[in-house]
Amino acid sequence: MFDRRLVSHFDWVLLLTVLLLAGIGIVNLFSATASWNSTTTPLYLKQLLWLSGGVLIALIICLFDYRHLEYFAVHFYGLSIGMLVYVLFMGKTTMGATRWIDLGFFNLQPGEVVKIAVILLLARYFGKTANSFGYSLFELLKPTLWLLLPVVLVLKEPDLGTAAMVVSIAATMLLFAGLKRGTLIGLGLIGVLTAVVGWFGLHDYQRARIRTFMNPEADPLGSGYHIIQSKIAVGSGGFFGKGFIQGTQSQLSFLPERHTDFAFSVFAEEWGFAGSLVLLFLYLFLIVWGLYVARRAADRFGLFLAVGVTAMIFWHIVVNLGMVIGLLPVVGVPLPLFSYGGTSMVTTMIGVGLLMNVSMRRFKF
Amino acid sequence: MGLDLKWKELPAVQRRFLFYSAAAATVFLLLLLRLWYLQIIGYEDFQERSVRNRTRILALEAPRGPIFDRNGLLLVDNRPSFKISVMRQDVENRFLLFERLAPLLDVEISELEFRWQQGRRFPIYRPVPLAEDVSREIMERVQEHGVDLPGVLTEVRPVRDDLEHGSAAHLTGYLGEITEAELQSGDFNNYSGGDYVGKTAVERTFDPYLRGEKGQRLVEVDVQGKLLRQLKVEPPRPGNKIYLTLDRDLQRATDDAFGSQSGAAIVLDVNTGEVLAMASRPTFNPALFARGIASEDWRELVQDSRHPLQNKVIAGQYPPGSTFKMVVALAALRAGTISTTQRIDCDGAFEVGGSRYRCWKKSGHGFSDLKKALRESCDVWFYKVGLELGIDKLSAAAKEFGLGFPVGYPMPGERSGVIPTQEWKHQHYNKPWYAGETVITSIGQGFVLATPMQLAVMMAAIANSGKVLKPQVIRQIEDWEGHLLLQANPEVVRQINYSTEAWKAVQDGLVAVVNEPRGTGRAAYLEDVLVAGKTGTSQVIRRKSDEEEELDEKGETPYRFRPHALFLAYAPAEKPEIAIAVVVEHGRSGGSAAGPIVKQIIQRYMELQGEQKGQLQQGRKE
Repeated sequence: MFDRRLVSHFDWVLLLTVLLLAGIGIVNLFSATASWNSTTTPLYLKQLLWLSGGVLIALIICLFDYRHLEYFAVHFYGLSIGMLVYVLFMGKTTMGATRWIDLGFFNLQPGEVVKIAVILLLARYFGKTANSFGYSLFELLKPTLWLLLPVVLVLKEPDLGTAAMVVSIAATMLLFAGLKRGTLIGLGLIGVLTAVVGWFGLHDYQRARIRTFMNPEADPLGSGYHIIQSKIAVGSGGFFGKGFIQGTQSQLSFLPERHTDFAFSVFAEEWGFAGSLVLLFLYLFLIVWGLYVARRAADRFGLFLAVGVTAMIFWHIVVNLGMVIGLLPVVGVPLPLFSYGGTSMVTTMIGVGLLMNVSMRRFKF
Repeated sequence: MGLDLKWKELPAVQRRFLFYSAAAATVFLLLLLRLWYLQIIGYEDFQERSVRNRTRILALEAPRGPIFDRNGLLLVDNRPSFKISVMRQDVENRFLLFERLAPLLDVEISELEFRWQQGRRFPIYRPVPLAEDVSREIMERVQEHGVDLPGVLTEVRPVRDDLEHGSAAHLTGYLGEITEAELQSGDFNNYSGGDYVGKTAVERTFDPYLRGEKGQRLVEVDVQGKLLRQLKVEPPRPGNKIYLTLDRDLQRATDDAFGSQSGAAIVLDVNTGEVLAMASRPTFNPALFARGIASEDWRELVQDSRHPLQNKVIAGQYPPGSTFKMVVALAALRAGTISTTQRIDCDGAFEVGGSRYRCWKKSGHGFSDLKKALRESCDVWFYKVGLELGIDKLSAAAKEFGLGFPVGYPMPGERSGVIPTQEWKHQHYNKPWYAGETVITSIGQGFVLATPMQLAVMMAAIANSGKVLKPQVIRQIEDWEGHLLLQANPEVVRQINYSTEAWKAVQDGLVAVVNEPRGTGRAAYLEDVLVAGKTGTSQVIRRKSDEEEELDEKGETPYRFRPHALFLAYAPAEKPEIAIAVVVEHGRSGGSAAGPIVKQIIQRYMELQGEQKGQLQQGRKE
């Protein structure tokens, strides 16, 4: 039963890249939390634990042929919708948003589960419906409805970041599957319309964030504070950076959320442009490798699965980096493998596990 | 499966992989460009902002420059003032702290709580003052208990102190908190709100020299403003040293000579115009102002009818009375309306324009020459001489001596006095000049007003035969490395020309005033030194000569109606060194009230000269 090719085809490059990025992230986390005199387990150790767990999960995922997942995709989707509904009514509320299910040892975010579920479901749909000439609007009605249900539920929490992320992932997969020209234009129009209508459906704080993003200096102590302090941190890093644990913006706590969403600002401040260049190169390599995995995939399901996972990682990186360097509004999106947090780590590693799974089963027979 | 592969191998799909990779690379390139923009192009700006974020500058007050007398004796200095403050960031339980601290400081806990609340509007890295200017004893007590008082600091800072307790307060001046107007005036560039600056006299005029340069402490703070460490200290530069022309010991003697009387006295060096002593009575203690004067103290000073804050030497305007007669005599000699030996009769009164003007001596002086007229201060003699001379010539002579204009005292507050002319009266009263007004002007009454400073400058000019000198108060200003920043040089404003005979006649008359029997200035007579002088008794309120004097319960004229007593003098008469003007407000008689003060000043001056000579001789022997 056991195929020796599974070992010879194991994607060491992918795993090593991921471990390298996560390793840098943990080192960075050590610095970001260096000035905390906490008596509990240091965060970088906890993150190391999450990473180990994540690697374990990824390896376990590799054990089963991903093709079995095609069958379970619908169940998994149903489960995630159930979780979203649950969280809406019984979830744990922090800072005006209800996003977590308290599992005692761990706060589960259904929003993260939904990302994987949508990737699986769309991969299954695009895998089954071969269409060489592009999809029409009508053909896309079914997957669009599947997509809208969780997106609306996530927006209800409210969690604009996750919703935007799910839509971005889906759009990336959709574009890859190919669209008719008319469909493309139609979808574009729908997108613009949704954005206009959505603006009025946003919470005040979300609108404030977008306004602040447009002009952060207008409210330097209020909602603009995050962006300004992050830009100062990044910019003051210069070419070579201030040195490990030498970043004044981070060490003296001027930088908010520096262990989670703004972890990259800490890195950029302490390692400068040179360090950022290396980090960005590694991330780009991960993305390109993900697409390479998709290209070599044995079947359409595997291909779309790899594209979806790569899109998920890509959009997280871009939105997070765009946010901390002041190109995009502040939405709470973590930097994969870098920001502290179990959910993000586990989700990312599940994605990595799926990628590895697709990669090692690229042989045809 | 076959279908799968076929689709994937389509060139369009293959291009999509390429396109996606290229798109991802492009997005990353954009991110990199943004990073380049922030970290390379914007580096300096952001670097500066990150430094500003984490650093705070705390000013270190510069000790104000000391003020010395001409011999290098300290007059005004700084004393250490102890302040107890608390760093809010280091206090865990302030109520416990206050309970321990209150008995040590001898204050109520509520007072400490009040101060704490007051301090909350300042950033957390700034210590909050709990008690200011406490005694050394309390400071030491607090330091001893330091271990039990976390966050409590004892700070020392310099506070202005007047070692002479106000003897020369009107010359040295006082400090006050800088006002908004002063801050905006541009004269006080390195100051900020709450700072203390010179408000009057030397402290004000020479403030740029005295203020020094503030130091800085650069500290690092975190986002809460908590002070983490000190990065850099630039110590303050103390203010420069000012040496006044004043002689401390002579100043003390001058001040003391007044006792409880009000008035003003000034001692000038007749050759240089240097102010050797200057007293305005009553005085005040500038130390009261050092850290903000208490409002009741201030009210007391301002409401005092004897005006302790006013510098009467330059701002007090008095009718010069008979001291004006010297000018009348000189002017008449120059005009040739009298000669040095001409004798003029006095029968006790003089009539002009239907009015009778009495001599102070009802029986009259009989025939007098100039010397006798000065010696006995015969009013009628001067009525006649003055009237013949005419008001305009008389005024011109007075103005030559520096009367009627500010004499150029180097600090603000000087008044110009009044020397009337026909034109002046026309301008101010729109009335013609009457002969009777010339008559009373001749004895320094009527419209004439002069400050003690002007009278001293005049007396110095008479003593040195015509040099009108600009009064000097600053001898030199030095920095702490010994560099000379400013040195005052004697300045002759004007040379007045009279014949040697005229000078001598008047000077002899002044010697007679003090040294001859029946001289009005006998009270200033000294055995060891020949003093020249002139008394003056000036009416405060003009009243008609016939009017009955109203008397108080004791049968005396009420204080405010009593005439001012004046005495101008110089000594030694043979080779004058100092000129003195003394005004005793409501002192009644120039000779008896002001004379003894002059005498004491000259006596002390001669003693000090003797001491100095002795020291010099001793120095030579060694």
